[in-house]
Amino acid sequence: MSDLLVILVPVFPLIAVLVNGLLGHRYAADLAGRIAVGSVGLSFLCAITVFLGVLSDPTPREVIAYSWIFGGDLHVNFGLLIDPLTAVMLMVVTGVGFLIHVYSVGYMHGEDGFTRFFVYMNLFMVSMLLLVMGNNFLVLFIGWEGVGLCSYLLIGYYFNKVSAAKAATKAFVVNRIGDAGFLLAIFFVFVNFKTLDYLKVFERANQLSIETVTAITLCLLVGAIGKSAQIPLYTWLPDAMEGPTPVSALIHAATMVTAGVYMVVRTHVLFDMAPVSMATVGIIGGLTALLAATIGLVQNDIKRVLAYSTVSQLGYMFLACGVGAYSAAIFHLVTHAFFKALLFLSAGAVIHSLEGEQDIRKMGGLSKKIPITYTVFLIGTLAIAGIPPLAGFWSKDEIMAHAFLQHHYVLYLFAAIGAFLTSFYMFRLTYLTFYGQSRVDPKVERHIHESPQVMTRPLMILAGLSVLGGFLGVPPEHGWFQGFLESVATPVGVVPHDVSMGTLFGLMVVAISIALGGWGLAHYMYAINPTMAENWSKRYAGAYRIILNKYYVDELYDAIFVEPCKRLGRIWDWIDRHMIDRFIRGIGHGTDISAAGVTWAEKHVIYGGLNVMGYANHLAARSWRKLQTGAVNHYAAVIVIGLFLLTHFLFVWFTGTSLL
Amino acid sequence: MLEELQFGFPILSILLWLPLLGALWLWTQRDADLIKKSALGIAILELGLAVFLLLRFIPESAAMQFSEQLNWMPALGISYHLAVDGISVLFVGLSAFITVLIMLYSWDAVQENIKPYCMSILVLETTIMGIFVSIDLILFFVFWELMLVPSYFMIKLWGVGEEKEYAALKYVLYTLLGSVFMLVGFALLSLNYYEVTNTYSFDFLALLQVPVPVEDQILIFWLIFMGLAFKAPVFPFHTWLPDALVQGPIGMSVVLAGVKLGTYGFLRFTFPLLPEASTHATVVATVMGLGLAAIVWGALIAIMQPDFRRLLVFSSISHLGFVVLGLFALNFQGLQGSLLQMINLGFTTAGLFFFAGFLYDRLGHTLVENCGGLAAKMPVLATFFLIIGMASIGLPGTNGFIGEFLILLGAFQAHWVYGVVAVSGVIFAAIYFLWYYERAMFGPIGEKVPQVLKDLTQRESIIAVSLCVMIFWIGLYPSPFLRMVNGSVQAVVDRLDRGSLVSVERDRTLLSHALTHEPGGKD
Repeated sequence: MSDLLVILVPVFPLIAVLVNGLLGHRYAADLAGRIAVGSVGLSFLCAITVFLGVLSDPTPREVIAYSWIFGGDLHVNFGLLIDPLTAVMLMVVTGVGFLIHVYSVGYMHGEDGFTRFFVYMNLFMVSMLLLVMGNNFLVLFIGWEGVGLCSYLLIGYYFNKVSAAKAATKAFVVNRIGDAGFLLAIFFVFVNFKTLDYLKVFERANQLSIETVTAITLCLLVGAIGKSAQIPLYTWLPDAMEGPTPVSALIHAATMVTAGVYMVVRTHVLFDMAPVSMATVGIIGGLTALLAATIGLVQNDIKRVLAYSTVSQLGYMFLACGVGAYSAAIFHLVTHAFFKALLFLSAGAVIHSLEGEQDIRKMGGLSKKIPITYTVFLIGTLAIAGIPPLAGFWSKDEIMAHAFLQHHYVLYLFAAIGAFLTSFYMFRLTYLTFYGQSRVDPKVERHIHESPQVMTRPLMILAGLSVLGGFLGVPPEHGWFQGFLESVATPVGVVPHDVSMGTLFGLMVVAISIALGGWGLAHYMYAINPTMAENWSKRYAGAYRIILNKYYVDELYDAIFVEPCKRLGRIWDWIDRHMIDRFIRGIGHGTDISAAGVTWAEKHVIYGGLNVMGYANHLAARSWRKLQTGAVNHYAAVIVIGLFLLTHFLFVWFTGTSLL
Repeated sequence: MLEELQFGFPILSILLWLPLLGALWLWTQRDADLIKKSALGIAILELGLAVFLLLRFIPESAAMQFSEQLNWMPALGISYHLAVDGISVLFVGLSAFITVLIMLYSWDAVQENIKPYCMSILVLETTIMGIFVSIDLILFFVFWELMLVPSYFMIKLWGVGEEKEYAALKYVLYTLLGSVFMLVGFALLSLNYYEVTNTYSFDFLALLQVPVPVEDQILIFWLIFMGLAFKAPVFPFHTWLPDALVQGPIGMSVVLAGVKLGTYGFLRFTFPLLPEASTHATVVATVMGLGLAAIVWGALIAIMQPDFRRLLVFSSISHLGFVVLGLFALNFQGLQGSLLQMINLGFTTAGLFFFAGFLYDRLGHTLVENCGGLAAKMPVLATFFLIIGMASIGLPGTNGFIGEFLILLGAFQAHWVYGVVAVSGVIFAAIYFLWYYERAMFGPIGEKVPQVLKDLTQRESIIAVSLCVMIFWIGLYPSPFLRMVNGSVQAVVDRLDRGSLVSVERDRTLLSHALTHEPGGKD
């Protein structure tokens, strides 16, 4: 594995960005699509080679491209780091990214701005790759804000829609709040370590006091919360569904939103030292997993259900980090990337075949009409619900087992309830979309069609991965995956626990029963007794409305942050116009009085000189004079000569001698 | 800082007087087209010279380079003394760069009185160059004041607002008010020199060698501060800025927002000459307070501005708050970041003013409520607008990030509270820019938007592309720029750390060493 190969991974998509961005208007959109997909494919091939290299030699290696920012005691390289964690992320980002790019060619076919779409997507790949490959906090930060920018651009892809434009701004701003926290963490790190390189920082981490490490990790956590849509900064993600569906799959499910999890695992050496931060991570994760799942129960937009499901699943990953189960967090990140990308893309195929309809109340009975889409969607549902032996079961079970075995019973309870709800809302979604009577608009119904192969092929591959992906981590705790990540994801200072196979088996049985329970309830409510859901929503109308409106969190934020800010801006503007200016003029006023004397002198003494100047001017510059409205000339002369006099005056005053 | 290097020919004098001579030559011409072409030609020639200067500049050095000195008023120790070092050299390049862009912009945008307009711009360039290359306090002051003359005409004669005459006068009077204090400060410095050596001097390098008593330093600091604060402008001395920038022509707004004269003065004169006052706890706390206030104040007001030009004014005030914060962090990263950020703002804030001009030329206003959906009509304009806007709000990979990051890092090192408060400005910046962008560029096409809108013209595209090149160059590979400034920044930091007394001793020893060891140096 040569350095060049490592550098090429992000460079291929970058070349595509430049070529399509600068020259894209010169050739057909088809070619732009091919360039975009091809670049990600090449990047994927490089990533595979890099991955194989790590497989044979897992010691971390740094590739320094050049010195980026330096001066004084600061020296930041534009450098990349390759270790098992990066290798796993590389495979997910380029692999799933490649499939989604292929799918997008079909999905976005014929859209205005097809080339623009792929420029943004490729730019996203570059940023995301820098994020996971950086060898220091600052390169990570380029990627970190870069993916935020691409997310902004892609959410606002249909920019003439007001809701899309608003969602884009919201996503960027909320992410920026997290980014600000992350920046503070970087400053803390630099002040304490005088370097930003991961390896050096982690090596010296144990020299710090617990308070400092806690401060650093809490700031990092703010960043992670913003990017990974955790409480209290999750509100941007559901709105982000305004973007085209492949974007939701790539950015808002499989890759970008997992950046927070990646970052926590990457810096786990610091988190391990700060129990307070660890507890916070776990609690935020557990609460988010539960809260988002409850909102997902009642949403009617197919993409929004999946969005809340993503928030909830990210909560599981945070929960795993909070209990020190880093490899389980990354394991779930990987399987989630498979099945959530699958779910989003097949939801996209549904939307595609229904000519843009996203409301599940206007779907139903689609299983026969679009069988391939139906099958892969069902596989995705089974995987996320935790039905063995599909991928989601193994990774979620591992997280829950860790929570239980580390005696975090409350978190375990959160996770268990969340798992039940997940299973319920996903099967609800499946039943409402694919079973029962068709509620599709008759005009649309005639045109329902299966998606083209360029879309279904990636779906099948993702479905295969969702079925088999979980076996990477089997048997639990001792699978290949855990072994591969051992060097980078083993918590510091935690004694490995010995547990009997019996306990593990028991926990598995519980997990399976929970998943089946959720499925059963959904089956009963939406397949056997379809009126029941409606009755319930009427009987508990108050609670239903609160959940349907997402607990009014958006409204709350508006009332306590957005509106006061605007009001303050308006009031300050008024003060700025009316009061500060007057204050400054007050200072000037004192000078005015003393200046009055000077002005008198100027008027009477200098006028002689001015007249001479004016005459010279008159002779020399008729055209210049035309535009002058009389006084201008004099003003200029007064300024210049007045200054000269002032200077002279001061000299006489201070030195007692005269210049003239 | 005391070491001086000469150059084969007086390149700084040529840089300084070329635009003025060009302006005088334009005076004799009549053909409007020829005038435009020659004005642009002169500006490009000047830029070429500036680039040559940058290429020949020795990086990582604190020496005063390309030095020239002629007697002017020897009895008072006033001389025509020009030189650049790492603090000032980039400003020379920036000013020349911006002038070329202004000429390009004005090609179509300015229709009336094109001859005096071009002359004013060129004269303005000379005065600005003068400010950056003078290291004699009086020479500096003369250019500092002379700059007001072309600026006054620019705002008054080519302004676009209703109250342009008021704005022009206000700008001149406010700046004059500040500079009176500054001149007294300079005079006191010279007097102090007289007390020690029995001769007068206004030469920066000479003054550096005579320490000023600490109690006098504080007084002189505040006197000079007033001059710099009004010009910069530092909050709360900024109230002339909205008038001047909104009423004045775009060309003038670009200069006033893009060329950071006031904050340059701190780095050039205040810190080296008055290190004890600059590091005095009360002084630092006060100025840092003003910087923080400017960041939050400017940003929050900017959010609520419906007019893009006014929004830019307050964003500019907020950005200047960052610069002040970095300067008075008084550590390497802070100074380096502030210096770089002053240059950056010449590409980002000034760039956004160009875009305000592009919009103004097409729509006749920059009010958000009359825009909407412009991205659909002018995709190229919208794209460049977004790139420059992103640089302005400090997106990593652009120049704005490098500056802002270093400033914040410096401020954080001075005290973590500074860093925490200032970082809020980063969030607000995203809000004010993106909210405006969303309402103006995105959404359905507004009712009051004209049916036919031209996308960027070729000349406008040249402006946009050259700005973007600089934005990404500094953002991704800032190494050449950092190397140019690092030596001088280190020298200022050393002086601040050691104080003037120790510095004077040390500098003298170093200088005498340098002189005796230099082949051909005077013995």
